[in-house]
Amino acid sequence: MTDQAANKQGFKVVQPGLMTLIQDAGRYGQHGIGLTVGGPLDGEAFRWANRLVGNDVNATALEASFGGLVLQAQVDSAIALTGAETPLTINGQPKDQWRTHAVKAGDEIKLGFSTSGCRAYLAVVGGFDIPHSFGSAATVAREKVGGLKGDKLAAGDVLAASAVKEVELKLLPEWERPDYSADVSLRVILGYQQAAFTELQVARFLSSEYTTTDRSDRMGYRLEGPEVKPSIDGILSEGICHGAIQVPADGQPIVLLNDRQTIGGYPKIGSVLSLDTGRLAQLTPGSKVRFEAINIDEAHNIHMLSRYRENATRMVRG
Amino acid sequence: MRIEVAGENALIIYVGEHGEAGVANRVEQITRLLRQQLGADLIDLVPSYASVLVVFDMFRCDHLKVRNAIRDVEPLLTDDASAEGRIVTLPVYYGPEVGVDLEDLARNADLTTDEVIDIHRNGEYRVYAIGFAPGFAYLGDVDPRIAAPRLSTPRQKVPRGAVAIADRQTAIYPAVSPGGWNLIGRCPTRMFNPDQEPTMPVQVGDIVKFDAISRDEFLALGGSLDD
Repeated sequence: MTDQAANKQGFKVVQPGLMTLIQDAGRYGQHGIGLTVGGPLDGEAFRWANRLVGNDVNATALEASFGGLVLQAQVDSAIALTGAETPLTINGQPKDQWRTHAVKAGDEIKLGFSTSGCRAYLAVVGGFDIPHSFGSAATVAREKVGGLKGDKLAAGDVLAASAVKEVELKLLPEWERPDYSADVSLRVILGYQQAAFTELQVARFLSSEYTTTDRSDRMGYRLEGPEVKPSIDGILSEGICHGAIQVPADGQPIVLLNDRQTIGGYPKIGSVLSLDTGRLAQLTPGSKVRFEAINIDEAHNIHMLSRYRENATRMVRG
Repeated sequence: MRIEVAGENALIIYVGEHGEAGVANRVEQITRLLRQQLGADLIDLVPSYASVLVVFDMFRCDHLKVRNAIRDVEPLLTDDASAEGRIVTLPVYYGPEVGVDLEDLARNADLTTDEVIDIHRNGEYRVYAIGFAPGFAYLGDVDPRIAAPRLSTPRQKVPRGAVAIADRQTAIYPAVSPGGWNLIGRCPTRMFNPDQEPTMPVQVGDIVKFDAISRDEFLALGGSLDD
């Protein structure tokens, strides 16, 4: 290896898993040159992984989709794995998620395949030391931006990280952890071209059950269910915000997520609350979701309360 | 101007109809003024053909404050043509060697390839929006005589620098990517270069002109003939 990162020690990728991406809070302020945000699909689980190892909540960590990641520690450190229920072993010994574990240089950290939810987050003390592009380490493979080479992890990659001596071991009590098998209700702030949908269409949208499909990825989740047809086919291309629900001519909604295109020309009925897109992104194909309307003021209140609650939730020594 | 809710922390301003006099100009002014007005409350802005998406930090402000900021900048908008964007001239090597759809497009338009090239290179194009991919600038409006629908089957691979037409829009592919636009030439200027400041030679609101160059000039400017 010739690159500079190769000289740094940290964690070596033995097996990359199905899709493991380096992520931080995301890339902001770059829509002007067409760059999207990226960042963790499930922000709540991502922040908890960082908090458990004593990091800033937006430190650079890994998002392992569906599992299968194997790392070898090259330095003494500590790790925490949150998000989707995913078997974790260190040197073959089963370990709990939502808990800090000390690791020594040479240890093998292995993730099995996720059994409930599909996005797990692995953080290390101090965060991974990854050079930023456009102000962020977040990987957006579609744009070939961020991460190590603008792509998912590959076997042999080395993720630089600092060695640490003293580590405070903590855990998040079980009752505070999310349940990824629970039904998901997506709160929607109606907006954008909502006027192009009749009252009947909106009522059908809000009272029907939709199924997640396998045509879902970090750009967006395509849903299947009763058709919702706007009275217009297309619109002049315009900015797309996080969670926007695009409805193409087939009447099947698509919820746009972190790696969405920044502009597009399909009609939109509104946008899903970001706290709920985190839950949506944990769903595997064939899961059921419903939509529930809220207004933008309620959305603000929910976010304020949620942030307060998250900050007030205490980890315990473990 | 009409303001709609877009999402939990986003409003969208509809400035008018595309093609209406002064709309692109007002989009550019609103984007610039709101950036100043909102300061640290702003997360990002997405200007497009006739709208501006405003994404704000909901932990610092709320949509009412953003609405007020929009109302505050509205009276500052001017119809003054001197507020028009910068003029950026980009070199293009036109011809069937790199513009593989040029002959089909000319035939369908009942024009010669030279006429298609002349019409394209004599146009002045506004940068209406940037998106689809990093550095992809939507330029318009293309003269209706050479407007052409997208290919029925998009290509798997369009080379970097390809100059293309779709309907009344034209663009330069910033990187190798799939694409369904009609290719008529190639531009040696990098439209998106992460290692360069600025990353892009154009921004929304600029006026783009094309300067026809020869094959030799294209190669001398660093252009590549690779597919």
